[in-house]
Amino acid sequence: MIWNETIECMDRESLRKIQSIRLKKMVDYVYHNTPFYRKKMQQMDITPDDINDINDIVKLPFTTKLDLRDNYPFGLCAVPMSQIVRIHASSGTTGKPTVVGYTRKDLSVWTECLSRSFTAFGGSQSDVFQISYGYGLFTGGLGAHAGAENIGASVIPMSSGNTQKQITLMHDFGATMLCCTPSYALHLAEAIHDSGISFEEFKLKAGAFGAEPWTESMRCELEKKLGIKAYDIYGLSEMDGPGVGFECEAQHGTHLNEDHFFPEIIDPKTLEPMESGKTGELVFTHLTKQGMPLLRYRTKDLSALHYEKCSCGRTLVRMDRILGRSDDMLIIRGVNVFPTQIESVILSLPEFDPNFLLIVDRINNTDVMELQVEVRPDYYSDEINKIVALKKKLGAALQSVLGLSVNVRLVEPRSIERSTGKAKRVIDKRVFK
Amino acid sequence: MVAKQLSIFLENKQGRLTEVTDVLAKENINLSALCIAENADFGILRAIVSEPDKAYKVLKENHFAVKITDVVGISCPNTPGALAQVMNYLSSAGVFIEYMYSFACGQVANVVIRPTNLDKCLNVLKEKKVDLIAANELYRL
Repeated sequence: MIWNETIECMDRESLRKIQSIRLKKMVDYVYHNTPFYRKKMQQMDITPDDINDINDIVKLPFTTKLDLRDNYPFGLCAVPMSQIVRIHASSGTTGKPTVVGYTRKDLSVWTECLSRSFTAFGGSQSDVFQISYGYGLFTGGLGAHAGAENIGASVIPMSSGNTQKQITLMHDFGATMLCCTPSYALHLAEAIHDSGISFEEFKLKAGAFGAEPWTESMRCELEKKLGIKAYDIYGLSEMDGPGVGFECEAQHGTHLNEDHFFPEIIDPKTLEPMESGKTGELVFTHLTKQGMPLLRYRTKDLSALHYEKCSCGRTLVRMDRILGRSDDMLIIRGVNVFPTQIESVILSLPEFDPNFLLIVDRINNTDVMELQVEVRPDYYSDEINKIVALKKKLGAALQSVLGLSVNVRLVEPRSIERSTGKAKRVIDKRVFK
Repeated sequence: MVAKQLSIFLENKQGRLTEVTDVLAKENINLSALCIAENADFGILRAIVSEPDKAYKVLKENHFAVKITDVVGISCPNTPGALAQVMNYLSSAGVFIEYMYSFACGQVANVVIRPTNLDKCLNVLKEKKVDLIAANELYRL
């Protein structure tokens, strides 16, 4: 089903016109309301009059996470605090969190985007949504909550954690849609299995999984384990939160709500725009935001954009699955490694459980990786040489994908910590001076 | 004759052995024999217990990587050459041994054998009239 057919299936030319009008208005708005952008534009010697259509976007300055930190907490707000009705903040693993302010209209745009997403996942007023994203400063819980209510579904505001209660209520209330991180969904699947309740007794039919990068193999794993359709929902708090993009039933790329968030792909080194279909850094510009509009925000996510019409009928641009934030990328002996690559190697072998922990260290000036991974219970052997053979098999598969050797350490079932939110998959012990 | 042995995968981590034995103790399960095969970062604990099926179930519930392996228990005199004779029977019949462990107690020595071919091993031992230990007896040693 399609929530807003007018926009989601609009011909590209008309969409381009809307984007042009909105961008022009937006640039004028930030120039007069955000001192940070006025100053930047003045330094670059451009004024709002230089922006006449969407193609002129390349003239505009970029915004980075550092700019958000430098202007902590409300320096980038374009409205007085009296207009801000909601504040969210990122988890902020390094230093201060990044803060986002929403006006009442911003919240309604966000809700619209989530309504489009949930409708694409097959959700409607006859569904029961279990929202297992954390409620609070994190955008996942409250965001998904508003979207699910808006499409008329019944909402169970579970928040994250308390896995036993999650399962009991999912079963007793007949939840049909689950919203959480893919790693927590995996944990729930395990816990349901342990509970002894048969999967047939659950009414779950689909999951809206996001807030961390995940792979196609993880999708297969979740769909198989939970017996549901697993859909990607993409977002970042700087833009709004979840709902910037969503998958449709074709599961062939993530549609972006580009009437509100204009996407570009740039070369992260030269900052030049790249042609469609090529992989580069994803950059977004707010087209409608009031509270804290950002121009050309560098997401550090790597992806590619495809503009051909989708088989679902939508014309909204499709983005390739995110391989990982450039923040998540590890450089090991000069080679780029994404945790998602390791996930897909592990999932390609039936012997291993998808939970893993990668420990990176520098020993004698050489980067070394130790991968701790659980063997699925059926594959543990009574014989040392068979277990050693399993280690070698995984080591060889990693070597061929990454081009690097990895020390595989097999650990006991359930010994890797399960996360209820964003999974922590990497510990980097290297000290960079 | 054919007895059920528990094989438990354990990481080389302090306290893991304590946890296994605690789980068994709580269920009032007795250990009659055990040995550990070790590698750089993990080991396999092999054990003969009083109630193998129950032990398997409780260990599984506690998320241990446990398997049941069929082994053969024999008893031979605790004298020089007694084991050599049994080994001779098996090797000349082409029965390979993956691993074994044993302990002597007074006049007899008990040996637990994991052969690659269980049936063949049993046939040879029976034919040569080697003293086989019944599973129930092994569990209750």
